[in-house]
Amino acid sequence: MEKKHQQEEYVDFVVTARKYKTLLTAKYKNRPMWHKPSVGDVVSHLPGTIIKIMVEEGQAVEAGQLLLIHEAMKMQNRVVAPVSGVVVELNVKEGDKITKNHLMVKIEPK
Amino acid sequence: MTDLSKNIEALREKKAVIEMGGGEAAIEKQVAMGKLTARERILALLDKNSFHEYDMFVKHDGRDFGMEKKVLPGDGVVTGTGTIFGAPVCIYAQDFTVAGGSLGLQHARKITKIMDHALKMKCPIIGINDSGGARIQEGVGALAGYGEIFYRNTIASGVIPQISLILGPCAGGAVYSPALTDFVFVVENISKMFITGPNVIKTVLGEDISMEDLGGARVHAETTGNAHFYALSEQECFDQVKRLVSFIPWNNQERAKVVEPKEPSAMLNIEQVVPADPKQPYDVRDVIKCIVDDSDFLEIQELWAANIVIGFGRMAGETVGFVANQPMVLAGVLDCDSADKAARFIRFCDSFNIPIITLEDMPGYLPGVDQEHAGVIRHGAKVLYAYSEATVPKITVILRKAYGGGYIAMNSRHLGADFMFAWPSAEIAVMGPEGAANIIFRKEIMEAEDQNAMRQEKVKEYIEKFANPYVAASKGFIDSVIEPKETRSLLLHALKLSILKEEYRPAKKHGLPPF
Repeated sequence: MEKKHQQEEYVDFVVTARKYKTLLTAKYKNRPMWHKPSVGDVVSHLPGTIIKIMVEEGQAVEAGQLLLIHEAMKMQNRVVAPVSGVVVELNVKEGDKITKNHLMVKIEPK
Repeated sequence: MTDLSKNIEALREKKAVIEMGGGEAAIEKQVAMGKLTARERILALLDKNSFHEYDMFVKHDGRDFGMEKKVLPGDGVVTGTGTIFGAPVCIYAQDFTVAGGSLGLQHARKITKIMDHALKMKCPIIGINDSGGARIQEGVGALAGYGEIFYRNTIASGVIPQISLILGPCAGGAVYSPALTDFVFVVENISKMFITGPNVIKTVLGEDISMEDLGGARVHAETTGNAHFYALSEQECFDQVKRLVSFIPWNNQERAKVVEPKEPSAMLNIEQVVPADPKQPYDVRDVIKCIVDDSDFLEIQELWAANIVIGFGRMAGETVGFVANQPMVLAGVLDCDSADKAARFIRFCDSFNIPIITLEDMPGYLPGVDQEHAGVIRHGAKVLYAYSEATVPKITVILRKAYGGGYIAMNSRHLGADFMFAWPSAEIAVMGPEGAANIIFRKEIMEAEDQNAMRQEKVKEYIEKFANPYVAASKGFIDSVIEPKETRSLLLHALKLSILKEEYRPAKKHGLPPF
């Protein structure tokens, strides 16, 4: 398994203002970049299926209003609006199978 | 006098039938998958003629769905005792040729019986997993069986070494027995381990992934860290198991077997392995090979979290555990994975009376949102906990960098190290010189006409003052600053001095490590 690495495989890697020559792991290279979440983003917390949608794009919604039913782990989960505003994006339709962290609905807060 | 030959003949016939497992057709299928049978595996692993099988005649418990009419030889698992290099072991191997190695209550009871035996006799337990999972026809009886195995894995933890080989599927709840054991072995193309399989994932998520990509050997050896040893063939896997067994004691009251010591290879020159420039990488395993008997080092979890190196070597014939930062990968930083890897290994060594040698060369912790959000605080704390808790001899050699929290974490004097050695190239400081100078001389740098020149000058000033082992040595945090070529002889001296080490902790039920 062991192999000797050539000097040119090493890259610069900064830890507290100092550059080290080293190799990077696949996990490090593939790490997700962080983005600031928006308050109106409604994201799936579990993989599952969209059973029913109660809103459409352009519709005004109140905080707490039922947006859709997301079936996951054998439970029908009620997904509600986190803020009052307008539905600017509806990225699912009934019957869709979605993964975790899928942006289902985007609400522009008012 | 009664002649017993008839009875003996009958016994032999019964045994021969059971030893055929699921029969010729099923064995052919097993072979076609590139796998050995359960009994072949046990024989390949144990010393010749040492295997003694238990519970051959156990019958399964199924009473429904036509199971009552089925005969399952040995109920799909082979159990027994034997030796490896003369060391006693208890062993079980699930037999995939019998009902897919599925686990019913009696199958589980055979396993728990041999586990109880191992715990009572204080010898290692080896489990070979090759099973389709719970025997659905038996229902909750199968679940009970798993639970009884997990309970024993936990009770035996830290008392006897527990070794798991994944030589086939090991899915759903079944994965938790290996996960509770000390060392997990996987083989390319043969091992498959996951909680939820590809079918369920496809149905629920629409994600199409093969068993190999989801939970194959390579995935567990490199990505998840669930496996400790990775092999390309079953034979290589058995050789790895035997080698591991040769390094560890039978139980927590013994010491590992002492072997005839040999000097490290003369081919390696310790002074040439480590570059003087602290920013340049090298392979810390070469340093270990300069130190251990016969340059023989058994690395554990080689492919996962490679920024830290762990494994066993011998010093004067006695087993020692090594924990070493690896400057060649991610500059040797500590992060979530490397902290988990080191902490668990330290706790294994402490449980089984194996002294720990720490080789330190690290710039600090891995920066990044993903690390912070993954809980690097909680994970990093495990290293502090494991070192502080350990009462086996603990020796540290600082090769180059020992900065900040990393310095404290890597078995510092402050966490109870028994011996602290530093090479003259060691830099023991609160952080790297660039970072420190930026903070200490912020004002001077900001106000300078040529900020870069001023920064360079201040970095140089800091390096001269603090980037060395002598400040720490002046406070007694380091016992001695040594020449690299003295490392082996001083480690041997330190180990000899620690043979009778005794250290006590306040009585408690158990500590609360930050799992």
